[in-house]
Amino acid sequence: MSDPALLKHSPLEPAHIACGARMVEFGGWFMPVQYSGIMDEHKAVRSASGMFDISHMGEVTVSGPGALAWLESLLTNRVGKLAVTRGQYTLMLDESGGVIDDLIIYRTGEMSYFLVINGACRDLDLEWMRSRLPADGSVLLEDQGNDYAAIALQGPDSEIVLRGLYPFCDIPKRNGIAALVTTDGEIPSLLARTGYTGEDGFELFVPVNDGITLWESLLAAGVKPCGLGSRDTLRLEMGYPLNGSDLSRERTPLEAGLDKFTGIDDPEKGEFSGRQALEQQRAGGLPSRLTPLKLSVSGPPLRSHYPVLVEGIAVGETCSGALSPSLGEGIAMAYLPLALHSPGTALEIEVRGRRYPATVTMLPFYKKPLL
Amino acid sequence: MNVPADLRYAKTHEWIRVEGDTVTVGITDHAQAELTDIVYAEPPKVGAEVKAGATAAVVESVKAASDIYSPLSGTVTEVNAELSGNPALLNTDPFGKGWIYRMQSSDAAEISALLTPEAYSAQIGQ
Repeated sequence: MSDPALLKHSPLEPAHIACGARMVEFGGWFMPVQYSGIMDEHKAVRSASGMFDISHMGEVTVSGPGALAWLESLLTNRVGKLAVTRGQYTLMLDESGGVIDDLIIYRTGEMSYFLVINGACRDLDLEWMRSRLPADGSVLLEDQGNDYAAIALQGPDSEIVLRGLYPFCDIPKRNGIAALVTTDGEIPSLLARTGYTGEDGFELFVPVNDGITLWESLLAAGVKPCGLGSRDTLRLEMGYPLNGSDLSRERTPLEAGLDKFTGIDDPEKGEFSGRQALEQQRAGGLPSRLTPLKLSVSGPPLRSHYPVLVEGIAVGETCSGALSPSLGEGIAMAYLPLALHSPGTALEIEVRGRRYPATVTMLPFYKKPLL
Repeated sequence: MNVPADLRYAKTHEWIRVEGDTVTVGITDHAQAELTDIVYAEPPKVGAEVKAGATAAVVESVKAASDIYSPLSGTVTEVNAELSGNPALLNTDPFGKGWIYRMQSSDAAEISALLTPEAYSAQIGQ
């Protein structure tokens, strides 16, 4: 645990305390891990609606005549695909193809972009970006991380809730972004239709002083406050990677199975940081692959750093793990040799010295019922 | 938080109930509330030798695994088989159906070293 005096605080902290949150340290931030309980919150998001404070995430705006070309060189996915108001998942890699961060980029204007980066690596990301800015002043980068309070509204009822709150607002389609309300201030409120749960939902970015009001109106609309605990089980059921657990500088997006978010198969994508390393890795064969695993028997919840074995020989360890609240089964992700990646492969996961049978499965772990 | 008057308590939030020469062990109401939704329990094996203050069982919430320390030294004589199918009993009835194991104590003096209900209540700030 880091020094409590250095912990960063969300502008929504008083609202969390009022909602009875259990607060923990996460990536240098003092954040709610749960309110009513992880199971209850998880189920609310799968069946109705829940809200998460995501103010720890960083917001960065990039603009100027050189913005597009510079972002193409910095990020893996082809930014040029984005029409104004559209967004995409993308990665920022070092020269060896290791993941610095995964993020979402929205195109907010002809020459302007809005980036949402992970809370735990805000400073590192900004340092990396600033060190690569062109010297000619054609790109303007602004750290707006402290200007916004951010709330993720997630769950099948999200759109109904949002329409109740903002009856006159244009609601974007999946991966789209819209200006929420026109404000007189310099910071526009933004509404993005995205999330980290596998459900329909929105991420709302509002001026820092408006955060608590927004939280309270969502609460009054019946949205359940949800903490980082259920955010983690929800994202893992979908197989969404978490930077720091499933992604790191030691692994490439190809090993993480994120090929389609890199431009290496897109003839229109040019050079970007890490591209050569990815191509070399693909040509030489992947050393490992992020693999979804499921316990074959009822057993303890899976967690990170549990050994994975085949015929008694250690082949890797879990990086993310949980007891899936939707499935009632232990699920995990592990980097394993490519030969073990096929669904149905039998292996074992060791928990406190005991080995439990497990199998390689397919993502997502949780498939939403059709009706 | 409920702190039944007929039990003794360990500083690490386990309780014991003494009936003849059998001692029943569980976790307190305060402990279950702090641990939140318990989804898995791993009691000791019948016949296992447990030592006062050493890990005897593990309970897990969605978020974390927590060691349960034996309040006394001795031999495990019975474990609560219902917990494997219904670990939530630890949350809903920590002093009753959520018991974890029964044991025979090998050192009666250890019992008097445990906290009284008053002392445990004071420890958890009530």
